[in-house]
Amino acid sequence: MIAELLAGLVFIPLGATLLVLLLPRQARGYLCFTAVLALPLCLMPLTQAVWADGEITLALAEFTPPLGIVWRLDGLALIMLWLTAIVAVPVSLHALTSFPPGEQTGRGFWPLWLMLLAGINALFLSADLFNLYVTLEMITLAGVAMLGIGGNALALKAAMRYLLLGLLASLLYLLAVGLIYGQTGALDIYLVGERLETDRLAATALVLMITGLLVKSAIFPMHVWLPAAHGNAPGPVSAILSGLVVKVSLYMLIRIWFWMAGDWELPAAATALGLLGAGAILYGSLAALIQPRLKMVIAYSTVAQLGYVMLLFPLASINAFHAASYQLLAHGLAKAAMFLAAANILWSIGTDRLHALTDLNRKLPVDLFALALAAVSIMGLPPSGGFLAKWLLLEAAWQQGAWGWLILISIGSLLSAAYLFRVIALTCFHPERRHVPTRWQSPPSSASIAALVLALLAIAAGFTSAPILGLIDDSLPPGGIWP
Amino acid sequence: MTTEWLPLAMVLVSLIAGVIIFLLGEQRQLARTLLNLGAALVKLALVAFLSMLVVTDRAPEFRLALLPGLDLVLRADALSLLFTTLSAVLWLITTVYAIAYLERSENRARFFGFFSICVASTMGIAMAGNLFTFFIFYELLTLATWPLVAHSGSRAAILGARTYLRYTLGGSAVFLVGLIWLYGLAGSRDFIAGGQLDEIGIAQHLDLQIIFVMLVIGMGVKAALVPLHSWLPKAMVAPAPVSALLHAVAVVKAGAFGLVRLVEDVYGPELVAELGMNHLLAVAAAVTIIYGSVMALRQTDIKRRLAFSTVSQVSYIALGIAVGGVMATTGGMVHLVHQGLMKITLFFCAGIFATVLGVKCIDQLDGLGRRMPWTTLSFTIAGLGMIGLPPMAGFVSKYYLGAGAIAVGAWWVIPVLIASTLLNAAYFLPLIKRMWMHPEPGEWPHPVNLSRMETGGLVIPTVMTAIISVLTGLFAAHPLSPLSWVMGIVTEYFP
Repeated sequence: MIAELLAGLVFIPLGATLLVLLLPRQARGYLCFTAVLALPLCLMPLTQAVWADGEITLALAEFTPPLGIVWRLDGLALIMLWLTAIVAVPVSLHALTSFPPGEQTGRGFWPLWLMLLAGINALFLSADLFNLYVTLEMITLAGVAMLGIGGNALALKAAMRYLLLGLLASLLYLLAVGLIYGQTGALDIYLVGERLETDRLAATALVLMITGLLVKSAIFPMHVWLPAAHGNAPGPVSAILSGLVVKVSLYMLIRIWFWMAGDWELPAAATALGLLGAGAILYGSLAALIQPRLKMVIAYSTVAQLGYVMLLFPLASINAFHAASYQLLAHGLAKAAMFLAAANILWSIGTDRLHALTDLNRKLPVDLFALALAAVSIMGLPPSGGFLAKWLLLEAAWQQGAWGWLILISIGSLLSAAYLFRVIALTCFHPERRHVPTRWQSPPSSASIAALVLALLAIAAGFTSAPILGLIDDSLPPGGIWP
Repeated sequence: MTTEWLPLAMVLVSLIAGVIIFLLGEQRQLARTLLNLGAALVKLALVAFLSMLVVTDRAPEFRLALLPGLDLVLRADALSLLFTTLSAVLWLITTVYAIAYLERSENRARFFGFFSICVASTMGIAMAGNLFTFFIFYELLTLATWPLVAHSGSRAAILGARTYLRYTLGGSAVFLVGLIWLYGLAGSRDFIAGGQLDEIGIAQHLDLQIIFVMLVIGMGVKAALVPLHSWLPKAMVAPAPVSALLHAVAVVKAGAFGLVRLVEDVYGPELVAELGMNHLLAVAAAVTIIYGSVMALRQTDIKRRLAFSTVSQVSYIALGIAVGGVMATTGGMVHLVHQGLMKITLFFCAGIFATVLGVKCIDQLDGLGRRMPWTTLSFTIAGLGMIGLPPMAGFVSKYYLGAGAIAVGAWWVIPVLIASTLLNAAYFLPLIKRMWMHPEPGEWPHPVNLSRMETGGLVIPTVMTAIISVLTGLFAAHPLSPLSWVMGIVTEYFP
């Protein structure tokens, strides 16, 4: 049963991808939405199983490594799968109206989205370096293609840049996998971790891998492709890219660093990764502060928020691990909510220039409310998932006497408050700029509700830490973590 | 019967009311008014019920783990009831006033929605059972008051709101670091009379001192301690009911209340004295008292003068707890209530002057006594109370402060109190003289004709708060007066 459920996570969306174009137009919407709804249903029994028995491993076709491929489901992977499923449902609800499955744009969107979902789920289940590569490629290609759906010139240009940098990153990663396979004859992360000797070759491989993954996760200063791509992507695609896709490569980075190279002592490299995170937090926030467009603010905010996760590497304690996982989760929910709300605003007014957005509290109250609630979580104000993540991270920094990181986190959250309050003030409180927009249509209520649900979930994450942290405690990396 | 949910209900009543008000939208005025008043009445009933439970020693407690070892605790004790009673009563009165005040303006749903959330966070602050819970609601309060300050949307309002945010968010960042540090040292602990940090060794005293300063900065921003006070006069652009509530119960009081909790229930007066932090706090409070009064004297705008008066008056609370001893602490804590009642009256009056006649500056006040006798009378009563004229409420606070300072040998407090009283007189008496003695001008700046309902809605709450402020002074010895209640609390700190 467990094996079928695990397979379902990957093959239900994959099967739907193939089926969707064969069905008549009217049935497509139902099929797609059912396929997405099936994901949380699959996850529920799996969660119970992990809860009861700990990590689940499944040798595909009953071959064990090094010959065969193994899927592993531990607490961390489970949390990421849940994030994917929980974000996927409202995003799909939004896409039912923004990319109607029967129309031209929908025919582009839905197969790609379902393929992307299959790729993400497969990646979180994989514990094998090459498998990770394949799924990551699937995700990147689907993501690039989704960027191009609207035919917006800016988005196409961004897609091109994303594609080229993504391919470069994949090459670096693949090269590293080759080096590692040459030395160890294994691809399974655990097995590689045991067999790999810490020599110059291994170090080269690790550097190549990390560089590739940093590019894919848009960590400063390799973030250059992200703002244009996420800021110009059509409708819910931004939410998917910012909420889920960048998290995927960051998750891989954490897996490889702590699970494969967990017992290597690399304090200098860890500090360097932390400093990249610091750069991301400061640069991303300052850049967000001066953007003239709403979606660009949100996109730069993603650059900044991913920086907090990078602080896991220098801090490397259980608390930091809790904090990073919580940050991934809370940011995924809040950022998806923000981008969906922004998509509704853009669709309704025809522009997302901040200076053209006035009086939103009367025109689009639900979307503005969703935006504001999500902003509370992003700023790390209580009560929200973002606040708990910030609290845990501050606690982790305090426990190690890392005052530098502690001050950085505080400054980062003040900067995030600065750029988000700027947005909200501009959208509500400027009556002197009040004018009738040239174009105006109210967004479908299901689209607004999708944004609101995600924002409420980001707030609710501030009250549900116990089961989530419990799952993480069951899946701490084998070595290299301080108590 | 289980009563655990009661403290949570106190917060949720206004929070849910706020959310429903948002959902009702702009047009459903009657439903909104009924909901506002209904929620305020329900809250009063809850407060009464809770007081009964506390008096009979069955105080309920609500506990929810947010993180392992980190609980959200809401509970009722004597001190929290003091603050909840004040907020619940003043909320009801301010709601009536605000409904009349905003009769003709737009964005009322937004206003009343955030107004309710603001009260909900004040309730949370009052009922917080540990510093972490306090912090959560303290932040929520910042979020809820920001749209209220920016409400009118004018350039000044937006700039005022921005300054407000800069100060409060900056302060809370310092607060949060101090909180993490404290919890790292001592773990999460509930508030307890007399403090909870005794067993922390002498080696950590420097840590404790730094943490204390950080937490005082966090709370001092909202309590408008000099030099963290500059946001308060700028936030004066908010509509009058907001200023009234901001100064009397919500923001400034939340900061002062936090200082009380910090000194009495987290560190404990003994440890604060041992760390030498009481001197620091006392000096900061004394400087704020004098500075605020001097600045008030220099303002020509009525609301700005009142704002600086708040800066000065709220620091009496900090002064009282910093000086320590039964009497002075009582004087400081009872001022939480007394200052609230008097200041809300003054702001109500200022709001009436500005909306009905367009009177905003002090030299426009001439002859108001004849035009609006009731409002002017209320203003006079509250002003005289602020000066500390016996038997007004302000006198009771000052008397206890002064007598308490002498009792613990802090003679230097007396000149501060005298100077402050003289300055208070210097900035209130000329206003009162103008209103009653000077002749009426030929024409008012901006006269507006109000309906009977509107006039009633504005004047009756004002007169009521004025009367309550007189009564609390006159019947200070009555067992149900705020003074007696505070005495009961303070005897627990100094057995």
